[in-house]
Amino acid sequence: MSKPKVGFYWCASCGGCEEAIVDLAEDILAVVDAVDISFWPVALDFKREDVEKMKDGEMAVGFVNGAIRTSEQCEMATLMREKSGVLIAFGSCSHLGGIPGLANLHDRKTIFDKVYFNSPSVANKEKTTPQPAVHKDDHDLELPIFWDTVKSLSQVVEVDYFLPGCAPPVGLIKNALKAILDGKLPEKGSVLAPDIALCNTCPRKDTKPENLLLKEFKRPHWAVIDSTNCLLAQGILCMGASTRSGCEAACITANMPCTGCLGPTGKIKDYGAKALSAIASMVDSTEADEITSRLDQIADPVGTFYRYSLPSSLLHRRKSSLSRGGGSE
Amino acid sequence: MSENKSQARPFEPRVVAFFCNWCTYTAADLAGTSRIIYSPNARIVRLMCSGRLDPQFVCASFRMGADGVLIGGCHPGDCHYQEGNYKALRRYILLRRLLEEMGIEKERIRLEWISASEGEKVKKVMDEMIASLRKLGPLNLNDDMVAELEKSSKNAIEDLQAEFQGGVR
Repeated sequence: MSKPKVGFYWCASCGGCEEAIVDLAEDILAVVDAVDISFWPVALDFKREDVEKMKDGEMAVGFVNGAIRTSEQCEMATLMREKSGVLIAFGSCSHLGGIPGLANLHDRKTIFDKVYFNSPSVANKEKTTPQPAVHKDDHDLELPIFWDTVKSLSQVVEVDYFLPGCAPPVGLIKNALKAILDGKLPEKGSVLAPDIALCNTCPRKDTKPENLLLKEFKRPHWAVIDSTNCLLAQGILCMGASTRSGCEAACITANMPCTGCLGPTGKIKDYGAKALSAIASMVDSTEADEITSRLDQIADPVGTFYRYSLPSSLLHRRKSSLSRGGGSE
Repeated sequence: MSENKSQARPFEPRVVAFFCNWCTYTAADLAGTSRIIYSPNARIVRLMCSGRLDPQFVCASFRMGADGVLIGGCHPGDCHYQEGNYKALRRYILLRRLLEEMGIEKERIRLEWISASEGEKVKKVMDEMIASLRKLGPLNLNDDMVAELEKSSKNAIEDLQAEFQGGVR
């Protein structure tokens, strides 16, 4: 019997998710023994046509990493969906929108203005920007359309499973591959990671005070961080309380706070709002002015609380650039 | 879509008000039994304590079409649960900053301490808030979001609607 086909594709991502697959090290040999990798542009020479030729659902499992920000990525996500029996959103960007999703604080115009006109290192006298279609010297050229809004994979196509993390921890990838090969996948729509908060599995759990009250929020580079005590108790913003575990506390083991890449636990609808709630309630003050000045130490609330999840948040993107009439921009 | 609606009817701000059971909700009750007339634009949701107000509720309200969110709790020192209102205050201060960064004007979210005896204050706060929302105009987050998702996927809209019907947990 022929081996099941598996495909990988990347959209708006950094390549770290592909690295994570390589991080399987020698275990990848067992994967190659068990499956037939039939599409993986970053590593193997397959083309889009090869996928188009497949029958619907012919690829047993499709892994897509990266957020969706251009029309081409949307087309490829749709193609992967058609050809894959099981489609897995691989990594924070396709799961929640990820770091590229923070671009939802802007839109195409403000991004293009910055990148092609106003950035200090740019010289662009002709005011050239990417155009969807150009006709030059008898050639028709097309570029993908750059959207105003970055989306997560499930906002564009139906997704069967989510493998979270930036990049997904090797342990979770192995578990997922094993579940696929053994035919023991959980209920459709599941996130393939434990549904408990990181704090519960943290090696520093015992040093977390019962009642956390903070006078100061420090950024990691402002402080000499103690390597045994709860990071929150030291005033370092750590997202462990609202973030899913499954990473074996890799960042905390390296003495850095959790930034929330595995996303929310199952009961949380909006990761950033919930994380904000947990952190803000720890301010050790009852006076509005004092609370404000202490919370002002959090330099970038959206970038801190929605670092990996802005597109999949309830608000989805910044409002003003989309407002119709009466808006300021 | 919204233009047509607004042509048919003048803009009436929609407000979701989260009032605590022990003070502000009782004050709203008092305003009612005292026959105080105030703007009828708010849908009041009773919480046991303003400290129960999860910032997710505020985001969900805006996303589902609210133009403003009003939070009412007991005066400092008067919380039935000792310090729930302080927690509400801390969350409110940071949430307001975050929402402003997301393009939602500060005037669209307001926290007020209203004790059980302050029926008049319910009227004052509600009327003030509705007046300032009238000046700001509609937020239209819901319509904008549907339009934005429509650009790439028709299914997304059905999903969104199904999600709304399922409610926000």
